[in-house]
Amino acid sequence: MKSLAELQAIKEKMQNKVALREGSGEMRVVVGMATCGIAAGARPVLSTFVEEVNNADLSGKVTVSQTGCIGLCQYEPIVEVIEAGKEKITYIKMTPDKAKRVVQEHLVGGKVVAEYTFAKENA
Amino acid sequence: MIRSHVLICGGTGCTSSGSLKIREAFEDHLAKQGLSEEVKVVMTGCFGLCALGPVVIVHPEGTFYSRVTPEDVEEIVSEHLLKGRVVERLVYNDTGSEEAEELAHVSLSDTAFYKTQNRVVLRNCGVIDPEDINEYIAMDGYAALGKVLTEMTPEEVIKVVTDSGLRGRGGGGFPTGRKWALCAPNKAPQKYVVCNADEGDPGAFMDRSVLEGDPHCIIEAMAIAGYAIGATQGYVYVRAEYPIAVHRLQIAIDQAREMGLLGKNIFGSGFDFDLDIRLGAGAFVCGEETALMTSIEGNRGEPRPRPPYPAVKGLYESPTVENNVETFANIPQIILKGADWFASMGTERSKGTKVFALGGKIEHTGLVEIPMGTTLRDIIYNIGGGIPGGKKFKAAQTGGPSGGCIPAKLIDTEVDYDNLTAIGCMMGSGGLIVMDEDTCMVDMAKFFLEFTVDESCGKCTPCRIGTKRLLEMLEQITSGNGTLELIDEMEKLCYYIKDNSLCGLGQTAPNPVLSTLNFFRDEYVAHVVDKKCPAGVCKSLTAIEIIADKCKGCTACSRVCPVGAISGKVKEAHVIDQTKCIKCGACMEKCKFGAIVKG
Repeated sequence: MKSLAELQAIKEKMQNKVALREGSGEMRVVVGMATCGIAAGARPVLSTFVEEVNNADLSGKVTVSQTGCIGLCQYEPIVEVIEAGKEKITYIKMTPDKAKRVVQEHLVGGKVVAEYTFAKENA
Repeated sequence: MIRSHVLICGGTGCTSSGSLKIREAFEDHLAKQGLSEEVKVVMTGCFGLCALGPVVIVHPEGTFYSRVTPEDVEEIVSEHLLKGRVVERLVYNDTGSEEAEELAHVSLSDTAFYKTQNRVVLRNCGVIDPEDINEYIAMDGYAALGKVLTEMTPEEVIKVVTDSGLRGRGGGGFPTGRKWALCAPNKAPQKYVVCNADEGDPGAFMDRSVLEGDPHCIIEAMAIAGYAIGATQGYVYVRAEYPIAVHRLQIAIDQAREMGLLGKNIFGSGFDFDLDIRLGAGAFVCGEETALMTSIEGNRGEPRPRPPYPAVKGLYESPTVENNVETFANIPQIILKGADWFASMGTERSKGTKVFALGGKIEHTGLVEIPMGTTLRDIIYNIGGGIPGGKKFKAAQTGGPSGGCIPAKLIDTEVDYDNLTAIGCMMGSGGLIVMDEDTCMVDMAKFFLEFTVDESCGKCTPCRIGTKRLLEMLEQITSGNGTLELIDEMEKLCYYIKDNSLCGLGQTAPNPVLSTLNFFRDEYVAHVVDKKCPAGVCKSLTAIEIIADKCKGCTACSRVCPVGAISGKVKEAHVIDQTKCIKCGACMEKCKFGAIVKG
């Protein structure tokens, strides 16, 4: 170890990897993984989120987790994006391709993909 | 990418209750469900709640699973990690309030056990993988060493430690900054930093848990101490009975060397420091600082007279600073957050926090860290969950065989160095043994005396012979042959041993006797005058009797008695033959009518 900068670099690299032990990140992506969700194809959706969040280098900021059935089985796979201080966004009938778009536009770009949301479908 | 972390406690407590098997089971089932790439399994240090081990925490939710068995793992994987459904039956959520418990997902920090704790020393225990230096660095690890080497002079380091008010956590309570300041100006070709990890008090396991859960913080702190006093070599003296701690510390030292955090020219500052482990063979006296150094030198572990103090002539006759594990564990935080931050915790003369190992008659056996000045009542009832079986609290022993007891009437004592000393107790290294109404205080004092008699090194007469005589007197009392004069004589002998012994072991050995005499003299008197043991523990003074009116003559007791001491006809009152009875109490447990009592 030759300098503080070197130590700082390791710290920054590692921080993302342990951040999720210190409670949830700034943003949470919650995938419905009850029987209904899995039957409707939630598993590849979850995997896609996990991969894409990592590819977009968001792992320090976004945690991806799963939840049970929220009671809207006909709309599964359902994905919720929860951000502190903002209204929860519920995406429905998700697919891996839709997931990629949500990561790019919503998680990275900060713009909700309105056409996939529950609000849109029921407007 | 990893989306979830499963933290499994790999401390000694949980390891012995099977956490290694749980790790294997997690790895198996995660592979079966195809989750290995998404879920990371980490073995950590102690979470503190050893009574509920093995403990598993799942992040990001922070779900706390207690008493997990390998058979439970499949359910946790398929329900929680795959489907996101928390396995409620395994969740620990004792908040001390029933309403809150109904909310299914109680945050760990809201549980009664963790709520009032303040984890400074234990901040990384149960959070990071102790075998991965990168995780320590992620938690600001080695940043304090970097700061010290690149921005501070040795004098400034000592000043921060002095200003923080940190006192030695091994039991003595000597100000750490002053210790360093005494050593720093001494000129010598070689100086040493020694870490005392020879934790020997029965029931104490704070230092072990820190070494197991966060070994790098000790390495970092010792390097900081080395810089402050001008030492380039350190030794950690740790008991060979702590295999997990030794193993993890060695891994940590190797990793630190590889990264250049130990060795030559650390942080390009020109400062060199290296560290080695020395194993202790388990002699209690080697926890005494001069005996410990004698042992590192390869000699029989015996204390040497002070002065000269180690700061002047310590290890290999060179100036040496020796601190306890917990003391060192505070140092990096003090450097990073400042003396004022540390001094803001605790009481006027005892700053910071203290780790206690809770043991004995208490619901939550385990490890807790609380600010100095927390009352004993808080520790026992709020954090510790109270006494099992609704029994009454009688006393708590702090400081192990060198300490004394705090009786129930002083339960609101704010625990710090000075308050404990004032009531004839001592902080000690942090073992806290809780006793209920079924404990005989004379017997308890005898237990600790037996320990010190065994562990006396024999170098000085007051300790070698004095403690033995003292134990014989206690045996006379518990066997019913004591007199009031004997109690007085015993008290005199206690002070003689205290005043004349060479080292701390002998000087403190009579403390359990003196403090029980002080608070529970009536129990001693009951033993010698009434020939009774009020708690019913001392066998020679306890008679087990059958109350004839209550006895239905069911014969259950006579059938269970291992020595055939109970006789009587069916449906008639039975009688115990006191000459045969061994007071095992088996009949009392068996009797359905409460007809058998200790008198």
